[in-house]
Amino acid sequence: MQALTNRAKAVDRRPMSIWEKMYLPAIAKGMMITLSHVVKKRPTINYPEKQRPFSPVFRGLHILNRDAEGRENCTACGLCAVACPAEAITMEAAERQPGEENLYREEKYAARYEINMLRCIFCGLCEEACPKDAIYLSETFTPADYQRKQFIYGKKDLLIPHPLQEPEAYKKALGNRAKKETVN
Amino acid sequence: MADEVKNFKVTIDNISIDVAPGTTILNAARMIGGDVTPPAMCYYSKLQGSGGKCRTCLVEVAAGSTADPRPMPKLVASCRTTVMDGMIVKNITSDKVIDARNGVVEFLLINHPLDCPICDQAGECHLQDLGYDHGKESTRYKFARRTFVREDIGPYIQLHMTRCILCYRCTYVADQITNKRVHGVVDRGDHAAISTYISKAIDNDFSGNMIDVCPVGALTDKTFRFKNRVWFTKPVDAHRNCETPGCCGKATLWLRGDEVFRVTARKDQWGEVQSYDGKTGWICNTCRFDKKKTSDWIVEGLTSISRHSVIGANKYKTLEMPHETVQKVMHGVRPKLLMDIHNVSEVNNPNIHLSELERPAKGTDFKKASQHPVNEDKAEQEAQFGKTEK
Repeated sequence: MQALTNRAKAVDRRPMSIWEKMYLPAIAKGMMITLSHVVKKRPTINYPEKQRPFSPVFRGLHILNRDAEGRENCTACGLCAVACPAEAITMEAAERQPGEENLYREEKYAARYEINMLRCIFCGLCEEACPKDAIYLSETFTPADYQRKQFIYGKKDLLIPHPLQEPEAYKKALGNRAKKETVN
Repeated sequence: MADEVKNFKVTIDNISIDVAPGTTILNAARMIGGDVTPPAMCYYSKLQGSGGKCRTCLVEVAAGSTADPRPMPKLVASCRTTVMDGMIVKNITSDKVIDARNGVVEFLLINHPLDCPICDQAGECHLQDLGYDHGKESTRYKFARRTFVREDIGPYIQLHMTRCILCYRCTYVADQITNKRVHGVVDRGDHAAISTYISKAIDNDFSGNMIDVCPVGALTDKTFRFKNRVWFTKPVDAHRNCETPGCCGKATLWLRGDEVFRVTARKDQWGEVQSYDGKTGWICNTCRFDKKKTSDWIVEGLTSISRHSVIGANKYKTLEMPHETVQKVMHGVRPKLLMDIHNVSEVNNPNIHLSELERPAKGTDFKKASQHPVNEDKAEQEAQFGKTEK
């Protein structure tokens, strides 16, 4: 049969010479490779203690943003849900009532907002579709769990901490990416 | 048509058509159809006297007629200019027209709040379409946008004056379809606003048609307000025997599952209310606002939606629900569900029917039935499989 590429190598089936039958040189050669790795730089890290920096384009767990006064940005416009190729996002909207102006930025808000992380493929199209700067994919992994019901993320799981009431948690939730943005 | 009437031959963007004398350029272009048709925000073929206000339908007349082939000096509004024999019109083939239309769209959007994420009209808004085709990416306007004090014009219709482009269509509806007009345009220039006399509520039987003719989100359905986005609902054609005189009873229902979220009149390809046997298919307020159950209607079939429209996105293109096959194949044994989404999810709770609310939903509407719904199948399932719950 004609080879498809010229990279094929014929197997050497000649009987081994005495030098090869002794095996010791081959063992020494193998040990040399092993020992050379002792002095080489390790490509792995000790994961939980040490963590690699995320790529600037990493797409992790979603976060629902608040503005500087702590009001929710999301207006339940549904563009993230219609953009979502996995149909993971669902929401229900409500009208802002008088007295709720400090909670929601606009007259309509998402009373319910849910992301099914079992469906989500972390493509980031929701982030791209959002006209209100409301949804971001953060630098966090979705935690593993034993039960499916834990992967239905509601508003209480997704909302970023209040910037005025919990400034430290808010800063932490912003992550490294936000810091870079303020430096530039 | 009688033989003695000589048709006029008009050429629009190098496409010729014979039309009856007295036809406007816009209607001649609509007969050709496609990209040749100028957009129209204020003209409404079913409303007498409409048109001539928004200037989006401007076209260039390169030759007035065979008798007088001089071009018209300025761009003309095609909805108000009638054709002449041998007239040559340029619409999309003219750079002047495209440039002027871009300018008009910029003017229309000067005071527009651009609150499409909140607006219920988004997805079926003519200004949105126009903005996508002709709009600039950003505004050059540096000043604060004009705002109005929010006015309540009745229980069914929500008025957002900031979104209004003053096309006057709704006033024509009130004049020509309802027996008494109680609203109009007050003030002038920049302050001109749609309003009712002394905040008198609009309660005429056909007032809801103002919602359908409004090209933007200035007049929207209060019973549908914020309930759902247009593109998440599935439009189906339906009819009922309406006893209101003048109501055609043919409507489009906007469904989500079995819930009727909104009822509108049926629209034709130009976004206008459809005509049946020469009569415009207006619907009455009873059909529009009170019949919010599928049992009130006889469903005819799916409304055909342009495949370029967002309204057709993410939907089964049939009326039948997809049926479960497992039970059939397994001789009646139900599939074992690892998780019933309604037991976990707070969205789309089967016990909460937002479409049945007469007003926009409040935060408290969701808390009321926050306990997990009792799944009818669950007891049966547990009998079969033992407790599947966590």
